[in-house]
Amino acid sequence: MKGGAAPAISAAEVRRLRIVIVLVVLAAWELVARSGLLYRDVVPALPTIARALYALLAGGEFYWHLGVTAGEVAAGMTIGGIGGLAVGLLLGANRFLSEAFERFLYYLGPTPKIIFFPIMIMWFGVGVSSKIAMGALSCFFPVALSTAAGMRQIDRVLIRVGHSFRANAWQMATKVYLPAMRHPVINGVRLGLGVAIIGTLLAETKLSNRGVGFLVIQAYSLFDMPRMYAMLIVLFVVAIGVNALVGRLGGLDAIKRP
Amino acid sequence: MSAANPGARHFPLLVGMGALSAFFAGIEILVRIDVINRFIVPMPSQVIASFERVIVEEDVVARFWLTFQEAFIAGAMIAIVGISLGILLYRVEILRRATETWVAAMASAPTVLIYPLFLVIFGRSMWTIVMMGFVAGLPPVILKTIEGLAGTRRVLIEVGRSFNLTARQIFTKIMLPSALPTIFVGVRLGLIFTLINVVGVEFLINFGGLGQLINDLAERYDLAGTYASIAFVILVSVFFFVVTEWVEKCLVPER
Repeated sequence: MKGGAAPAISAAEVRRLRIVIVLVVLAAWELVARSGLLYRDVVPALPTIARALYALLAGGEFYWHLGVTAGEVAAGMTIGGIGGLAVGLLLGANRFLSEAFERFLYYLGPTPKIIFFPIMIMWFGVGVSSKIAMGALSCFFPVALSTAAGMRQIDRVLIRVGHSFRANAWQMATKVYLPAMRHPVINGVRLGLGVAIIGTLLAETKLSNRGVGFLVIQAYSLFDMPRMYAMLIVLFVVAIGVNALVGRLGGLDAIKRP
Repeated sequence: MSAANPGARHFPLLVGMGALSAFFAGIEILVRIDVINRFIVPMPSQVIASFERVIVEEDVVARFWLTFQEAFIAGAMIAIVGISLGILLYRVEILRRATETWVAAMASAPTVLIYPLFLVIFGRSMWTIVMMGFVAGLPPVILKTIEGLAGTRRVLIEVGRSFNLTARQIFTKIMLPSALPTIFVGVRLGLIFTLINVVGVEFLINFGGLGQLINDLAERYDLAGTYASIAFVILVSVFFFVVTEWVEKCLVPER
């Protein structure tokens, strides 16, 4: 149990510990790579990964594939996000529709979306369209559910003020509803973006000849492990970075402050 | 009162189910009159008819059992490792402050993309699937365990102190039981992520239970069978989701 009289831990101590943890992990990795305990190519030495990372970022091919994936994710987000927003507004505004249909979204939301990929291939072909469809399908559910929940949480006073000013439907949507539900909607978009990236990349690993997912599975097929590690590092940094950026732009970090 | 008219309470549900049935009936008609290509979308009646064939010929019970085993092993691992790490991070404050944001970042990271790496390490085996389920389900259990322990009411701890309980007794008799509902919320979230990843990776690497079944049928271009197997996986997911939600409602009191 934590005692109440324990001395306060400074930010500098926390920072030092973080550096120590990172150094220990890197040293352990290097040790395992050099010890021969695991197959050398499975755990390559850190300089090898660093060289692969440099080669990846210095070459033009990776950026072309990254552009393809980014385009697919953006298109998927636009389609799924707008669809999710529209359905969420509808369900949030109408209690009867919500009670009749929201349960389907609620239960379909946690199913693994990648299982729909064979259907997406049949409907949209093996090109970028099926990946965009995967992205759209993945992000639709969190956006719709967050928007519906956000709409129900709007302060009734704000809605009454809008009505007392005789605001029309468009004015109510743009001046009252959307600003009041900004945080839940941005939260839904952030969740949706995360799953859209995953859905699109997984679809690319399954069947594609372009995109970062294709590059990852190609590196696996060629057993080019340093390149695979390099791509995973870049992907994780990009995905976490974009996620944090959307949260910051939407002012989500401000909510936590008292 | 709601008890006065129970029929009205179920009316929206009936409308929802009715609309869903009407949607499938509409698809059936559109496919039959060739407005929708039957080589892309099978008739819902064909899909329903193929359920029996898929269950009998594709050995769904054995596949379901395999997926269940993989999810169960990964679930047990996330519960044991996640709760232990959560307790450790709660008790060692400096470690928690140093690593909690990393765990949260891991929760939002696309960890499922490391499956090719696990394929190399564990081979095309059950352990690749189990470990992917484990990695995906671990962060929420750790985070919720910390949240649950940190949320123990101060007055309960003071009561423990007034009874001269040792630090260990306060932890095991007061803090842990008080945190259990929140910890279960984390385990449930972790199990959902685990199941999603287990089925997803089965599909991606074409190995294992239900995920492989979908892949097999799609590669054979068994259209009705593919749709039926996807519907089966959705039903399993929904069943799993409803059961864990029900258990959570039993454990977590209304606030």
